[in-house]
Amino acid sequence: MPTVDLAATELRALNQALHELSDGTNESRWEIVNPRGSHAVAVGVNAPVEIDIRGSLGYYCAGMNRRAKITVHGSVGPGVAENMMSGEVVVKGDASQYAGATGQGGLLVIEGNASSRCGISMKGIDIVVRGNIGHMSAFMAQAGHLVVCGNAGDALGDSIYEAKLFVRGSVKSLGADCIEKPMRPEHIEVVAKLLDRAGITDIKAQEFRRYGSARKLYNFNIDHADAYG
Amino acid sequence: MSYTNPPTVPRKSHTFDDYTLSEIRRAATTGIYDIRGAGAKRKVPHFDDLLFLGASMSRYPLEGYRERCDTDVVLGSRHAKKPLHLKIPITIAGMSFGSLSANAKEALGRGATIAGTSTTTGDGGMSPEERGQSKTLVYQYLPSRYGMNPEDLLKADAIEIVIGQGAKPGGGGMLLGQKITDRVAAMRTLPKGIDQRSASRHPDWTGPDDLEIKILELREITDWQKPIFVKVGGARPYYDVALAVKSGADVIVVDGMQGGTAATQEVFIENVGMPTLACIRPAVQALQDLGMHRKVQLIISGGIRNGGDVAKALALGADAVSIGTAALVALGDNDPTHEAEYEKLGTTAGAYDDWHEGKDPAGITTQDPELMARLDPVLAGRRLANYLKVMTLEAQTIARACGHNHLHNLEPEDLCALTVEAAAMARVPLAGTDWIPGRDRL
Repeated sequence: MPTVDLAATELRALNQALHELSDGTNESRWEIVNPRGSHAVAVGVNAPVEIDIRGSLGYYCAGMNRRAKITVHGSVGPGVAENMMSGEVVVKGDASQYAGATGQGGLLVIEGNASSRCGISMKGIDIVVRGNIGHMSAFMAQAGHLVVCGNAGDALGDSIYEAKLFVRGSVKSLGADCIEKPMRPEHIEVVAKLLDRAGITDIKAQEFRRYGSARKLYNFNIDHADAYG
Repeated sequence: MSYTNPPTVPRKSHTFDDYTLSEIRRAATTGIYDIRGAGAKRKVPHFDDLLFLGASMSRYPLEGYRERCDTDVVLGSRHAKKPLHLKIPITIAGMSFGSLSANAKEALGRGATIAGTSTTTGDGGMSPEERGQSKTLVYQYLPSRYGMNPEDLLKADAIEIVIGQGAKPGGGGMLLGQKITDRVAAMRTLPKGIDQRSASRHPDWTGPDDLEIKILELREITDWQKPIFVKVGGARPYYDVALAVKSGADVIVVDGMQGGTAATQEVFIENVGMPTLACIRPAVQALQDLGMHRKVQLIISGGIRNGGDVAKALALGADAVSIGTAALVALGDNDPTHEAEYEKLGTTAGAYDDWHEGKDPAGITTQDPELMARLDPVLAGRRLANYLKVMTLEAQTIARACGHNHLHNLEPEDLCALTVEAAAMARVPLAGTDWIPGRDRL
């Protein structure tokens, strides 16, 4: 198993080595130590490998990930797994702003809390947060699922499109055009599967409430102008 | 002799002119602001207000058609392993698939490739037609991130981070439901037929310190191979350019208010941003103050129409220019051959700007299959290539007349201004004087 010490290795060399991995590589498990809050660690990976990062990171860890499973044994700065396409990113600690921003696929699991704008503009990614999420999360969220085991901050799902939001705790306020919707059996099944994939076994899917778009802002109407703020 | 009350001629107001009155009536009837395409239509100081001096006793000219006048430009030499080498300093600006038809995007790629220059994607991702026909393709990285994916990022020849555009600095994209077909919707991960209003800020960074890290991420994802452009609307060009340099950009695009858009509020287009002419010298000044002029390349866009405009922008310090509206006209936009259909749409050739409605008789700003089929991408691409070549020849003609063997050797000293305003903005003397208004304050 290759171990890369970021105290002794250039970031560029690490990412380049990860980009050169191909399907069927024997180097399928990587460990990165001493990340020291570096930005852009393990970005643009496109191989079915497992990468364990021991320590906390700065911005955009695992950005645009494809197929890799990346586990951060620490906390992450803004934009973890931004624009992820597939694969899985697990953060053992907390995540700063914009976690999973614009992600198009794959699963992002945050075992701690996520800050504001979690899932902003998400386009198909699934995000599971064990703790709470901050304000303006799922802003303009287009597709995918956001499952929050704790509480959500202000303006959840503002200007949301077709993403589906599930919150177990309280929601401080809903954003424009975001409404609560009934939890039907198919939604409980979706949440149960995501909790299972995230390794969360002590919380039941039935405990969540569902939020999504009222679809009133989809086509401009002057009588809804107040909703545009 | 008897006196009667002589009639006065009916007098219309300059303030409440016919257009203004019609707009008030339109607003009162519909309850929604006017949306349109293209850039500012108001008269603003522009390249027409500058003249070249040509050669004289103190400078000798180069022979037209005989002595060389080179036109090539390298974009992205600061950090990228693979900078762009273009034959001409005129690039095609970002325009989205969605706002434009697939045939129009293909035609832009074909024309640019024949002429030896680059074209640019837009707010909607990279279409196969465009990538397939474009030798050099710049991939825009926009706030919406519609269609953004690492696969296309790696296929691109350069990346352009869009912070703003001249038609609407501070505004996001807009594509109304009429043009959101199945294909456009799928590329943007949106339901069909909804009004698509893109974000005006990037979702995962704010400000120049964050941008520096975002650029680092994009460089790391692409192994430092691709040039990274930063595009800003013409608002605060000195500071925006300085901050883009600080953030690590290879190339900076400054787009003045005459630069076009697919669709935005009329009030936005006409009232926000600065004329292109006013943007160039502050942008160049920022690069010079940082010792980065010609190291970080500057592309100017917004109202470039001919080789004279190209030469003037380059003389003021730009490394290249970019065209959007003019390229569409070269393809066939607003062509008088469609006059009867323009009239049916309540407009006339040359004034048609309801690009958001998707009814373009020329088949360019539409997703309607019947209309789109009117545009032959091969023929339209050829027209664009011809136009780009003419502009280049025109710019060379002027440069030779000024004694320069490369377009980049044009300089502000080759110019004078026709108006005080243009002299102040372009920082060249008023014609016949040595007066540059405001020079003592620089």
